Amino acid sequence: MSILSKHLPAIHVEHHKYTADSPTEKMPAPDKVYISMAQHIGAPCQPKVVVGDLVKVGQVIGDSEAFVSAPIHSSVSGKVTAIDKALSSAGVWDLTVTIETDKKQEVMEELAPPQITDKDSFIKAVRNSGLVGLGGAAFPTHVKFNPKNLNEVDTFIINGAECEPYLTADYRNMMENSELLVNGLKNTLKYLKIKRGIIGVETNKPRAIDKLRTMVMDTPEIEVMELKAVYPQGGERVLIYETTGREIPIGKLPADIGAIVSNISSMVALGTYIETGMPLIAKKVTVAGNAIQTPRNVEALIGTQVSQLIQFCGGYKGEPKKIIMGGPMMGLAIYSDGMTVNKNTSGILAFDEDSATVPKETACINCGRCVRACPMHLMPTWLAKACKANDVEALQKLNVNLCMECGCCSYVCPAKKQLSFTHKLGKRLVVEGGKK
Amino acid sequence: MGRFNEGSLVVSPSPHIVDNVTTSRIMLDVLIALIPALVMSGVIFGPRAILLTVTCVASCILFEAGFQYLIKKDLTINDLSSVVTGVLLGFNLPSSLPFWMAIVGSFMAIVIVKQLFGGIGQNFANPAITARIVLLLSFTTPMTTWPLPKQLLGTVDAVTGATPLGILKMGTALDSLPSHMDLFLGFVGGSLGETSAAALLIGGIYLLWRKVIEPWIPLAFIGTVFVFAMLAGQDPTFHILAGGVMLGAFFMATDYTTSPITTSGKIIFGVGCGLITMTIRLFGSYPEGVSYSILLMNILTPQIDTLTRGKTYGGVKA
Repeated sequence: MSILSKHLPAIHVEHHKYTADSPTEKMPAPDKVYISMAQHIGAPCQPKVVVGDLVKVGQVIGDSEAFVSAPIHSSVSGKVTAIDKALSSAGVWDLTVTIETDKKQEVMEELAPPQITDKDSFIKAVRNSGLVGLGGAAFPTHVKFNPKNLNEVDTFIINGAECEPYLTADYRNMMENSELLVNGLKNTLKYLKIKRGIIGVETNKPRAIDKLRTMVMDTPEIEVMELKAVYPQGGERVLIYETTGREIPIGKLPADIGAIVSNISSMVALGTYIETGMPLIAKKVTVAGNAIQTPRNVEALIGTQVSQLIQFCGGYKGEPKKIIMGGPMMGLAIYSDGMTVNKNTSGILAFDEDSATVPKETACINCGRCVRACPMHLMPTWLAKACKANDVEALQKLNVNLCMECGCCSYVCPAKKQLSFTHKLGKRLVVEGGKK
Repeated sequence: MGRFNEGSLVVSPSPHIVDNVTTSRIMLDVLIALIPALVMSGVIFGPRAILLTVTCVASCILFEAGFQYLIKKDLTINDLSSVVTGVLLGFNLPSSLPFWMAIVGSFMAIVIVKQLFGGIGQNFANPAITARIVLLLSFTTPMTTWPLPKQLLGTVDAVTGATPLGILKMGTALDSLPSHMDLFLGFVGGSLGETSAAALLIGGIYLLWRKVIEPWIPLAFIGTVFVFAMLAGQDPTFHILAGGVMLGAFFMATDYTTSPITTSGKIIFGVGCGLITMTIRLFGSYPEGVSYSILLMNILTPQIDTLTRGKTYGGVKA
């Protein structure tokens, strides 16, 4: 399949990046924020405050002893009014801290830039910043930055592909916060002792490429690399392959082939923390879609309700029928606009009835479009059949776990099969060992 | 909590956007690609050729709808696949074939080969090809009585003769073989839709341009026939233009359901079709072997797919 091409298979999706030129607007603190204690992969945080406590901006309100976790900070100043379980966008009941804001946005006095002298203090600072993978996976960054074989890592890759349609928040970060971004990267390379940094940016963002190239002109160890504007260029394994030519063997991690990947927003957040000591309390979010009155990029405080965020963007245009957290290819359709902006929220998209209609599935005609579209060289249609037959052995043989759920197969399928979703179910089947 | 809640919002798995290619759009493209050959069949063999094709299309649609109605399945005639089968079946018949035999062929294609195996996407053999072979075996004489092109006769009377491959097989009167130009344009005896290589090529290029098919099967099929003929000391151009090679390579062997999904599998499939076609033409007792070659390779398709599965990312082959 890739006999003639050095690239992994990919698909062309319409970009719809209408908000690219709208500068980020800061949304004022809402009356209340609802901060979930489960904002990362790993152990959820335990609340460090009780109802009635007064909190300030940047104060730790949740933390965990577990290794794979990251602290959660208050994004506002105000009073804790409730700590109870709320249904998250992922459909899980998580503890949520409700804070009534006093609108003063008073910053915690103790907040100061971290003292970083070596790797350990750097990793500690990363943890204290509350940083998790902001590209969507929400894996605690301090864990990712500190693999056992760190000394074998020679390349640090920043994902500036932003291959999801509609989303432009990373682009705005590259344009507005390039200094923080490069600074975050420089510090990372320095303290993790990694020789080379690559910022991969899709060619549909020429201004960002120019800007970043100017920024790193005097930094030979950092290279801004142009990537084809195809989907899913920003997938971790795809990005590593396209920037370094390396493939991660099945069951291994990026660090095993000498690479660590982080993304634009994470680097900016890290740069901000190193410079000011302000942890991750706000997120650049692209609010777009044909059911949004005024699509734009917004810097929203973590814990802001989607409904309030959309209100800030002029409210709904008509009646929304589908609201997506993230991009249209991999984002999550949420069942209520009462959900909140989390650390890993990069977009809120609202669509009208026409765009929300789920096309009817028809029979597979074996056309092979899914097979040719799969960046991981999987056989989506076979996986779907194996899943339907509860055939765990076949699912494993066909490497279902390699599926990153990028959605290329479902996108190109003329029968409108929800292949990507079927693979997700298939992975679950494998975990459960199959049902007899 | 929110203004819009459960019940008013659609919650569905990602991706939330899809390409606009659908099964019916693909079938429509195939039908568009078949138009030049249909027009040429009318020019070459007269209105009966069109009428016979229309009969096949109509009966294919009716058999599909009727069968699905009887077994209470959802009607799928909107996907246009039965129309494609009808046209292809018609193209594989001599224009003089009695209409009722064409209807029997349509029944064979749609009910026996397609629907009884589960409908679109489930059949293991190409419906039109299999129906043609059944008709050929059942009604050998009418299925091998070839009307000659009107142009050669200057009359509409049913005059019949041998196909170019038939002339070659008999080995006599070899000087009556048509010119390359007649073969290319299609003014020779044969199944009504197979003779005009030019019209079929236009359709094939359209399918490639629309990305409905990939080039591998046609290239491998036609290429193998060409090389085989050359090695056998025969005229390779004659062999790729004569008989059903063009129709088979672009429109029948590329049928998604009955051909391999992998690129290397497609090449193997095409080479296999070419080899079997030429073996039958040169060493068999039939003058033409395209239908049999495709049917035989259809049967091997699952094995070819299994054997040619590529490595996944990460270097593991299962």
